Amino acid sequence: MDQPATPNSFRTGPDEQGMFGIFGGRFVAETLMPLILDLERHWNEVKNDPDFKAELTDLSTHYAGRPSKLYFAEGLTKHLREVSSAKGLGGGAKVYFKREDLNHTGSHKINNCLGQILLAKRMGKKRIIAETGAGQHGVAAATVAARFGFPCVVYMGATDVARQSPNVFRMKLLGAEVRPVTAGHGTLKDAMNEALRDWVTNVEDTYYLIGTAAGPHPYPELVRDFQSVIGIEARAQILEQEGRLPDTIIAAVGGGSNAIGLFHPFLDDKEVHIIGIEAGGRGLDGIEHCASMNAGAPGVLHGNRTYLLQNADGQILDGHSISAGLDYPGVGPEHSWLRDSGRVEYVPILDDEALEAFKLTTRVEGIIPALESAHAIAHAVKIVPAMDKDQIVIVNLSGRGDKDVHTVASMLGMEI
Amino acid sequence: MVTRIDRRMAKLKAEGRPALVTYFMSGDPDYDTALSIMKALPKAGADVIEMGMPFSDPMADGPAIQAAGLRALKGGQTLVKTLQMAADFRAGDNETPIVLMGYYNPIYIYGVDRFLRDAIASGIDGLIVVDLPPEMDEELCIPALKAGINFIRLATPTTDDKRLPKVLQNTSGFVYYVSMTGITGSALADTGKVAAAVKRIKGHTDLPVCVGFGVKTAEQARIIGANADGVVVGTAIVNAVANVLGPKGEKTADPAEAVATLVSGLSQGVRSARLAAAE
Repeated sequence: MDQPATPNSFRTGPDEQGMFGIFGGRFVAETLMPLILDLERHWNEVKNDPDFKAELTDLSTHYAGRPSKLYFAEGLTKHLREVSSAKGLGGGAKVYFKREDLNHTGSHKINNCLGQILLAKRMGKKRIIAETGAGQHGVAAATVAARFGFPCVVYMGATDVARQSPNVFRMKLLGAEVRPVTAGHGTLKDAMNEALRDWVTNVEDTYYLIGTAAGPHPYPELVRDFQSVIGIEARAQILEQEGRLPDTIIAAVGGGSNAIGLFHPFLDDKEVHIIGIEAGGRGLDGIEHCASMNAGAPGVLHGNRTYLLQNADGQILDGHSISAGLDYPGVGPEHSWLRDSGRVEYVPILDDEALEAFKLTTRVEGIIPALESAHAIAHAVKIVPAMDKDQIVIVNLSGRGDKDVHTVASMLGMEI
Repeated sequence: MVTRIDRRMAKLKAEGRPALVTYFMSGDPDYDTALSIMKALPKAGADVIEMGMPFSDPMADGPAIQAAGLRALKGGQTLVKTLQMAADFRAGDNETPIVLMGYYNPIYIYGVDRFLRDAIASGIDGLIVVDLPPEMDEELCIPALKAGINFIRLATPTTDDKRLPKVLQNTSGFVYYVSMTGITGSALADTGKVAAAVKRIKGHTDLPVCVGFGVKTAEQARIIGANADGVVVGTAIVNAVANVLGPKGEKTADPAEAVATLVSGLSQGVRSARLAAAE
């Protein structure tokens, strides 16, 4: 395939058909088409509406706790400088964490949920459905549904229900109904299928609150825009704190909403190296990973064309990751486009590497990161020692890791 | 270009009865059994055959067709084998129209041009691809029409008069009216509403309108067929196969015979449909 010419801006997508190059689109059943056209119409109305923006900003500030801090991770920086010295390199960039873990509900997911619940309210919808993997999005969706008085059904793979039980309990406390999905491997992909089946059945009154920057147009665009607050803040904060842009920014990519939220405002800052981290699972040789952009091929699933893990017959594979939030065989379409255009580099991190970074961050920073975020930190641990001391790296600490302590304990052979 | 679908629909119109359109899952539970089911369909009174192409993530299908697709995939079915099955069927039947029904990704991975070439060679007459709405016509619909294969579109209760012309624009063969919102295999919709919807669609097109989703019995086929040009039955057939499979997938009776018994009854239903209309 011909490489597309480098565009003047990487921030103009998608086009009117919802395409980012060959990626994205609206691959949905006819029953859903009028709904996503209606959603697009409302989205186009609100995205430049000052009243909508004001309401969202007010909630983000007073309910979610934004802006999230940009924190100089001094302990990790010091540790990685020691690693650098031990290797005889004498370097080690300054590491900053964008603290999305400090948001209400404990992750970046609330940014998107607040935006979409206001949209659902404007559209006059009566019922919220959502899918969730790690449960972070399910909790955020259940939270905003409680806050705005909507009944809420969350679809969650049965495997994830088992490995993320604290979040399941949180959702139930918040008044949501959690419906376990046993199809497939019982993970995020299967939860998304079931949410789509619900939506196609309850078209009149139901709003589908998608948790990541994927699915049919306009979801990838609107989720990105709601999450871009991460990158907009981080860019202003680093300019204020360091007087210049970072050299490298890093975020973990499952569906890719925290990553696109951080990356998008930096896409046209050509000097900023942007790295997305895929779940390398137990290695890319077999099928026990979720590195769709490193080991998959373009295909069509869940309403969009994007990189997917699939076999030669076009059947979707289940993949594996220690992190339920990254355990998805696809990725948001804009990431696929950024990959092919070469603007963003996507690299895998293994389960073990993420686990080490999880332990390290907890010890040297006193911060328990989500296993998803630990993937991004693990890559910083790899590259920072070889960087210069005057260089700057921002890692998106997309969520807190309290939900993962059971998984980590069992990985470490401990019972709690 | 006149296809087997056009010829069959014209013939049934002349006979004054609706078509019985039967869906089965290719490769369920294995290649040979599925081929024997396919061969049994026209003998039992089916007028058009819809061949399900199994997909790992059938987002618009209910539990019965999901399970059938998974059984087929477990049995080793692939798109290559589905096309082979159509060709095997064609060797003994050059009249019954075959419509492939499924999702886009296996076709996309197979390659659209190669797929259309091989589909024609296998005697395929039409395609129903659930996740390709008119907005994505450049992907497969237009190439299929150019290649001489009917692209059959689904119209649904959410397709209003404003949208209907867009849905019908590149549709050929027949229009498949999905009689309710929801996944396959759900309860039958209000028949009065279905009749009104068929009338509404016919106000926009000369194409035959076939109605599906929820038809399970001969009586239902008779009532729906009173107003529609065709009645689509899918989940009931897939269930007839599942009902003769044991817990480990072993056959407890002949699936082709089970399907034939069901389809014969449905066939009686559609053949008495216009009598129902006259009542």
